[in-house]
Amino acid sequence: MPFSIDEIYETARMILFEKLDIRTTTLGINIKDCVSSNFGTFQKNVYRKIVKMGKSLVENAKQMEIKYGIPIVNKRISITPITLVMEIHSKPDKFIKMAQTIDSAAKEAGIDFVGGFGALVQKGMTKTEKLLIDCLPDVLASTERVCSFLNAGTTSSGMNLDAINLTGKMLLETANKTSKGMGCCKFVVFVNAPEDNPFMAGAFHGPGEPDFSLNIGISGPGVVRSVVEKNRDCDLTELSEIIKKTVFKITRAGQLIGKELAKRMKVPFGIVDISLASTIAPGDSVAKIIEAFGIEKIGAPGSTLAIALLVDAVKKGGAMASSNVGGLSGTFIPISEDAGMADAVRKKALNLEKLEALTAVCSVGLDMIAIPGNTPAETISAIIADELAIGIINNKTTAVRIIPVPGKKAGETVNFGGLFGKMPVMAVSKFSSKSFMKRGGRLPSPVTSLRN
Amino acid sequence: MKKEILFITVIGKDRKGIVANISNCLYKMNINIEDITQKIVRNYFVMAMLVDIKDANCSIEKISEQLQKIGKEMELIIQVQHENIFKMMHRI
Repeated sequence: MPFSIDEIYETARMILFEKLDIRTTTLGINIKDCVSSNFGTFQKNVYRKIVKMGKSLVENAKQMEIKYGIPIVNKRISITPITLVMEIHSKPDKFIKMAQTIDSAAKEAGIDFVGGFGALVQKGMTKTEKLLIDCLPDVLASTERVCSFLNAGTTSSGMNLDAINLTGKMLLETANKTSKGMGCCKFVVFVNAPEDNPFMAGAFHGPGEPDFSLNIGISGPGVVRSVVEKNRDCDLTELSEIIKKTVFKITRAGQLIGKELAKRMKVPFGIVDISLASTIAPGDSVAKIIEAFGIEKIGAPGSTLAIALLVDAVKKGGAMASSNVGGLSGTFIPISEDAGMADAVRKKALNLEKLEALTAVCSVGLDMIAIPGNTPAETISAIIADELAIGIINNKTTAVRIIPVPGKKAGETVNFGGLFGKMPVMAVSKFSSKSFMKRGGRLPSPVTSLRN
Repeated sequence: MKKEILFITVIGKDRKGIVANISNCLYKMNINIEDITQKIVRNYFVMAMLVDIKDANCSIEKISEQLQKIGKEMELIIQVQHENIFKMMHRI
């Protein structure tokens, strides 16, 4: 036997009992070659390309699941940022029609989300990009599977506060047009957004990417939690070592699936994103890992250190396992999508301010947080700007996915259903940032960006 | 022709007929058993079978389906996996 039975059982156990899976296989597609001066032809080209490649992704991913006995939970597509291909069709009705075309293509192909209906506006906005932001409430309300993003800053170009000010208003409008504000679950605002991120809602196929690129997002909070629980008394150095070894194994499994899937589809393999991605399933929670470290509830003092240790160990294990590590590769700490995080909010162990501190040491920011529906637009923009400033100054990706829930007050529960989970609405400071945010403009790039 | 190795992992309560049932099913699909090992791991009966499917008369999908059927009947968890996943996870 080339492997010991303990090794074989370890792999089986991770999949069967600890929810190890491939969280997402995301195919990046360049749609720049679909553009036509005839809008109907343009729509048809985009539709055909997404359906053809989407069907191939779903079919081949299914074969991989059978061959390796490991579930591939989501099959997704990311496209070229839409504003880059819409400049000559820059009309509100055309944005909506294109979003609906992409939505129907995703349905036809069996793809649950298509990312990329967004824009790169880190330094400023074109008329088309401004128009897109105006159209987003209707886009997000009239489609099911289309996800949108904005990259509102980079460390090298600074942060576009004008775009962030528009985002706050746009989110309120989107929330009011969709049930429980759920349209906002399909929108992420970033700084330093990676061009090869496979995770939704913020995936897009960056302008620096080839025609196609197959990217993989692994999972594994359940596996890491289990190994931490078995090692209750070791010190931090040893704990880091144990996590590294475990993440090495799950990253290698992800890379195997990604490379073989790309080969079958005859497209280039892109990256493995090693982020730990929670789900609402019991135990599949980053909060529960932190609790297994010995912290009573995530949010208690010590939590930032614990997350820092976890993320660093995950990166070290992942980097050893694959030369294609990319995307976000941090650790997600969404609230509604992680039952342990939501419970910490419910028990008042975790508030918005402590969550912001946690995101300073891990990807990917304030994710899936519900706030009161009557929060002023400029306060939403200021929450976003604070989070993004952490990314700009620390040369890392940060992002915000925030949902102002119409009619709900702090402490009330909102159930988004399905994968999005449920959570208590989080309290937001009552003090205003209006006059500050009104200044607008661009935060200059920090001195740390001057590296040449 | 080069061997194509699958691992069949069986987890559950030990009982008569596990090996017999699985072997019989594999024989019908023209699959050769190369090695078998078993152990009690944390109160579970765990058995791993290494099989070569190069002469199999059906696809991996069908093999997995047939074994899942036995798993259901005998209240066992049966995993079918290509050897590459173990090579990747457990060997540098």
